[in-house]
Amino acid sequence: MSKSFEPNIVAFTCNWCSYGGADLAGISRIQYPTNAKVIRLMCSGRVDPSMVLQAFKNGADGVMITGCHIGDCHYSTGNYRTQVRYDALSTAMDMMGLHPDRLRLLWASASEGQQWADGITEMTQIIKKLGPSPLNGRGKPKKATPKKAAPKKEAVSKKKAAPKKAAKKGGAKK
Amino acid sequence: MSDDTARVGVFTCHCGLNINGTVDCPAVAKFAAKLPGVVHSTDLLFACSDDGQENIKEAIKEHNLNRVVVASCTPRTHEPVFRACVEDAGLNPYLYDQVNLREHVSWCHMGQNEKATTKAKELVAMSVERVKNLEPLMRQTVPVIQKTAVIGGGVAGISAALDLAKAGFETYLIEKRPTIGGQMALLDKVFPQNDCSICILGPIMSEVGRHPKIHLLAYSEVESVDGYVGNFTIRVREKTRYIDVEKCTGCGVCETKCPSKVDNEYEFGLAKRKAVYRPFPQAVPSTYTIDPEKCRMITEGKCGVCQKHCPTGAIDYDMQDKITEINVGTIVVATGFDIYDPSETREFGYGVFQNVITNVQLERLTNAAGPTHGKVKRPSDGETPKRFAFVQCVGSRDRRMDQDYCCYYGCENSFKQATQIMEKYPDADVHIFAMDVRTHGLGYEGLYRRAREMGVTVIKGRPSEIEQNPETKNLKVLAEDLYTGERLEVTYDMVVLASAILPPSDIEELARKLNVSQGETGFLMEAHPKLRPVDSFRDGVFLAGAVLGPMDIPKAVAYGKAAAAGAQALMAPGEFLVEPIFADIDTEACIDCGLCNDMCPYGAITGEGPERKVMFELCQGCGTCAGGCPQNAIDMRHYRKDQVMPQVESAARARGGVA
Repeated sequence: MSKSFEPNIVAFTCNWCSYGGADLAGISRIQYPTNAKVIRLMCSGRVDPSMVLQAFKNGADGVMITGCHIGDCHYSTGNYRTQVRYDALSTAMDMMGLHPDRLRLLWASASEGQQWADGITEMTQIIKKLGPSPLNGRGKPKKATPKKAAPKKEAVSKKKAAPKKAAKKGGAKK
Repeated sequence: MSDDTARVGVFTCHCGLNINGTVDCPAVAKFAAKLPGVVHSTDLLFACSDDGQENIKEAIKEHNLNRVVVASCTPRTHEPVFRACVEDAGLNPYLYDQVNLREHVSWCHMGQNEKATTKAKELVAMSVERVKNLEPLMRQTVPVIQKTAVIGGGVAGISAALDLAKAGFETYLIEKRPTIGGQMALLDKVFPQNDCSICILGPIMSEVGRHPKIHLLAYSEVESVDGYVGNFTIRVREKTRYIDVEKCTGCGVCETKCPSKVDNEYEFGLAKRKAVYRPFPQAVPSTYTIDPEKCRMITEGKCGVCQKHCPTGAIDYDMQDKITEINVGTIVVATGFDIYDPSETREFGYGVFQNVITNVQLERLTNAAGPTHGKVKRPSDGETPKRFAFVQCVGSRDRRMDQDYCCYYGCENSFKQATQIMEKYPDADVHIFAMDVRTHGLGYEGLYRRAREMGVTVIKGRPSEIEQNPETKNLKVLAEDLYTGERLEVTYDMVVLASAILPPSDIEELARKLNVSQGETGFLMEAHPKLRPVDSFRDGVFLAGAVLGPMDIPKAVAYGKAAAAGAQALMAPGEFLVEPIFADIDTEACIDCGLCNDMCPYGAITGEGPERKVMFELCQGCGTCAGGCPQNAIDMRHYRKDQVMPQVESAARARGGVA
């Protein structure tokens, strides 16, 4: 790699919460890295798992699915489906030879510009550490044999689980 | 050349320096010109201006464009503008896509100009891939029921309801409390003229009660809201008063005879009321209400005194709540606010020191209809205080409690109350402790001056502590005068806290029922803070008054009237154009698994087998069904798989702005 690695992240948003949160981050001039590119859908429930797979297949280093907090969905229950589909995709990441941290679910309401910016910043840092996706044919991925990688991944995902829970709680109190 | 061949025009907006200050817009335009399918690309100073729109329209004609991308600001505000623009030029408005270069790029990547420009290019490339696959859509019309519901009967809701009714629309006014009037009905005087609050509110309250087009549903709560713009169904729970409204004459014998005394929420803890009560004499409707939690007959089954004495036999302890279903075309939400109760934090000794009261309590003490008949008395000993301190911003502008906003009324209100005290007790000493004094609006500065001319002293600084003398119950305020640097220790007979304004405690539940968003501080959120201040994000639901955030009475009235005008504009034509964004089912590919029926939050999918279809009036366009169909038999218009996928691929393949 000649230049330092800049992760390419595809971020799905819903129209009502997370897109609004991203708008608010801009309006509030909260600064964050340029790596995530937003695809606006009406609801995070529209995210067909095949869209996520397609993103990885075409070389995305990371994918984010973002939407309203559970219970706050503009369409009442659309994001319940998002959660289920995310969980399923998450377990399939290993099978695709991808680190599970390359896929992230972020709930951000239209009033959570800071949470949006923090989410993107954090994801960018995580992917920077992981290196380019093994599927995009650029540079060398930090790839371990699946056997070796398994416990390592576990450790990472465990670490991640805690702040994720906290973030959810933080949002729910609103 | 077939009609299907996409001829895309890309317009990159500088938005003055808002975008161009960070993103190299001419470079983005140049880059876009080379993208496959793009036949015209240019950059504009302000795309949304008349000139900008004219340029887009001319380009559509000149270059025979059949797809348009505008790379400017957020589609949440400007998509309708540009859709109308391309429609004007003869193009279907759904053959348009918008890239957000302002909120999502220039404003949040300041100083990272090179990277921001690269991201802008990539976003434009993604949008071009999407727009090529968009299809023309026709908006659908739905009939609009020419009736409206106003939720909340404070001054904002009353103003909205009266305007709507006067315009000829049948109006349901739903109020949670036994009477309309809201917080304003409990005030003594209103600033800056210090005129009598109930004297100006009372007449419009009774007008609501009399108006033939207004159906007043007082002591009622919203159970659920279903339907869509133009055709909402609201289930309203009319709570039982245990008193027949038709028979009750409001004579008040029941209240005189009732043996149970309870805290009076309309006096903020300063007085008691009976278990059968009327909030205040001007209540509309003027009917009495039995408090089921406090009535001995209802809780314990013994007493029944009021029933014995009621001259019209209006009292019936077996009455039940009634559920009423109303159908309306629009909804106005005006549920107001709550007053911050500092006893939770015991701030400045409130709740512990008897003579520390809030400004709403003082309002009741100066009110002739209040517990002391307008004489200010200390709660500790009933003496008239001589030395008053006001503490401003209690709970307001306070990050410790996530209440980081100005209450908007506190300064003027304290000046009003200070002048009232000086008028009643010219010998009194009144000191106001304030971080800053904020008197916005005409006439308010005059009130500030008038207070000072009457001898009221304003001290810049927030008290650090208040101590109580255990014997006299006098209060020592410790503060620093920030102008002189002097440390102050002054003793007062009474301390008044200017309390914050909070979103109503049950707003989260109502917001969920109505499907409208709350902002950061919990108040309801408008569709646009400048241009759509009374619209919610949900078509047909309007917002008014302090449920949007702290405001004073004139502003609340203006918002009420504005929401009424918005609702009228929507209802008057009799029909409403809804977004043609709804799901389609390919019944040939469908395997009849029924998953979509389960997934749809609106029950919009009906039938089985070849009969399975989407009812477009009910479908809200979320696309959850399409995201989960195992056969790809169901697809979401305007967000079809073959419209989103090319965008995903473009985003995933992006390599630093190289197409």
